[in-house]
Formats: sequence, C-alpha cells, structure tokens
Amino acid sequence: MMHTVDMMKAFAPYRGDAILVPGRSGRYWINLSDNQALDVELGDPAMGGHAGLGLGLALARPDKKVMLFDSEGDIQMSLGMLVTIAEQQPANLYHFLIDNGVYATTGGQPVPNADKVAYDVIARGAGYPRTFTFAEIGDFERALPEIMGMPGPVFVACKVVPEIENEPIGRRRRWQTRTRDEVVVDLRTALATTR
Amino acid sequence: MNDMPANVLSPETVLAHIKKNGVTHVVWLPDSETNWLYLLMKADPAIRLVGVNREGHASSIAAGLWLGGAKPLILIQNTGMLEAGDSIRGWLMSLNVPIVLMVGYRGWTRHGVTTDTVATYTERFLMAFGINYYLVESDSDASRIAVAFGEAERTKRPVVVLVGDEYHGFNR
Repeated sequence: MMHTVDMMKAFAPYRGDAILVPGRSGRYWINLSDNQALDVELGDPAMGGHAGLGLGLALARPDKKVMLFDSEGDIQMSLGMLVTIAEQQPANLYHFLIDNGVYATTGGQPVPNADKVAYDVIARGAGYPRTFTFAEIGDFERALPEIMGMPGPVFVACKVVPEIENEPIGRRRRWQTRTRDEVVVDLRTALATTR
Repeated sequence: MNDMPANVLSPETVLAHIKKNGVTHVVWLPDSETNWLYLLMKADPAIRLVGVNREGHASSIAAGLWLGGAKPLILIQNTGMLEAGDSIRGWLMSLNVPIVLMVGYRGWTRHGVTTDTVATYTERFLMAFGINYYLVESDSDASRIAVAFGEAERTKRPVVVLVGDEYHGFNR
C-alpha cells in the first residue's frame, strides 16, 4: 500500500493547467499545488458526488484536462455514476480513486467488502476503456507517464494506507485556506465563466 | 407540426423554452411523461443529454457543469427528487447554483384527490427545503418556465418547475 501524500507527490509533476478536484486528498494537495485557482476543494457537499462534479467540469470544459481524486466510500455510494461517465466518454477526464478501505473520517469502519472489491474491474465493466490498479507507489510512479498520455476517461485505483480520524468533527483542525464560496469564485474567475 | 390541444403541455413548447433560456446540457432520468421531449432533445444538436441512473447523481453533475461555465437543466420526476434531497442540498443549494429543475409531478390532479403519495409529499418537500416552484400544466402556463430561469439567476438558487400534466402532456 502507498501513502496518500506520496501518491499526490508522484502525481504533482503531471498536473499542468488541469482543473483538479482533490476530494479527500485535499489536505496534502494544498501544499503541493502550484495553481490553487484551479483546485476545486469543496470539502464534501454531499457524499457520493465527486465523480459527478468531475464529469460536469469535464463536459463543460473539454479544452482542459480534469483530474478527479475520488474515494472508494464515495464511489461505492454512486457506482452508477461510472456508467454515466463511461457513456459520456469525456476524453479530458482522469479519474483517480483513493482506496483506503475504510470510512476514515468516521473512525475507520470498513467499507462493504473492502478487501475484495476490484474497482478497476467495475470501472472497466461500466465502460471505461482504460483502467488501472496500483498498490505500490513505485508501480504507480512508473506508470504515470503513460497514463497521463492516454485520452480519457481513464480510471486509476490506488490502494492507500488508511489515516483514521477519531476527533469529533467540530474539534478537527481545518486545513482549508479558502471558504467554499471563495473556491467557487476563484475557479469561475480563472475559467472566465460568464454564466 | 404540433397538433396537440391547447390545454396540454407540448414537448415542443418545453424545448423552445429550454433553448430560449440558453440551456447547454440536460441532466436527466426518464419518467413516463418525457419520452417525446427526449426524442426532440436528442435530435437537437444544441443540447447535450447527460443521462443518470439515479436522480441523486444529477445535482453534482449539474454543479460541475455550472462551475465550468455551462448552463445545465435537471429533468427528473418527483419520486427521484425526494430521493435526491441531500444532493440537492449539498451540491446545488450550498454552492448557490442557479439552476432550474423540471420535475414531473407524478400523481398531480387538479381536483385535489390524490391517490399517489409522491404527489402528497412533493410540494411539502419543496417547502421544507425552501425551494420556490412554479406549476406548469399546459402551454398557456409555459411562460412560467422563463420566470423560473430568471429567478434562479437572480437568487442564485435552484428553482423548480413542476410539470403537472396529469400524465398526458408528453405522451402522444
């Protein structure tokens, strides 16, 4: 298994000017990003929706790559979203899955069938043309150049070490430096959206 | 040619309003009232259809579309709107997404005798969420669709158009 922070460090050189949805990697990505205006760290508006957010961004902006860092708890809640993404075939969407096997923010309870789910197989079955799975950081690092050169939609599942939080939500240290409203304004300004 | 009587809501009228208001993407899940509208939208190159298999998925997709500068419309049935409650709250309301949801009002009757419980809870759900809504039953009501788009833009909130066509408007 790899650590999420190492996964994000390995990915960072490939970000370019892509829109990036950090999902639950946000606490690490915020220290790695060189283009915060295009980082969409919205927290968790409603669980299960990050894949949809990434798809919407990819369809709205086909001129830009969208890097989506999803998590297995979210995607288990919305497996059907994989079918919708596969049907739309966004060539600019790179869908990474951070799989720690647990609901880390609620104390580390396992997600259903955590040790046996093959997310890359599910994504392939849903219709993603290119899917991968990695458990070791070295393998992930070696494959990234080829993966990032492929057209989307690409699905990349990474098995990571759980980092469990047991502090009550109200006592956790806030890592975000921008409010949700500021993230929205920064992104729409950077993308020069007028609607 | 639209040969429907004036007291029903024609899919051509709905599509005209969708296009007039600049919609670029329709995020939708079919219901029994919308097949004709689907065929018209599918044939229209100005609109991209994004089909979902659960209404709760529509909100985050629409949020992403809007964040990226597109103008989405959500087209679902009231059954699915109830199922999508937390996604509407989190992905549309909390992000201040100005969007219209056209919601098929299954069970709606003008005479008030409701045998379908989803109709019983539809307006109560919207009132509980503080989402404003407009009822459209026929082509003569269709101007309310534009009112909904304008209100969504002005308030930066989701606004619902309830399609109360008593099952016959979009089926011919």
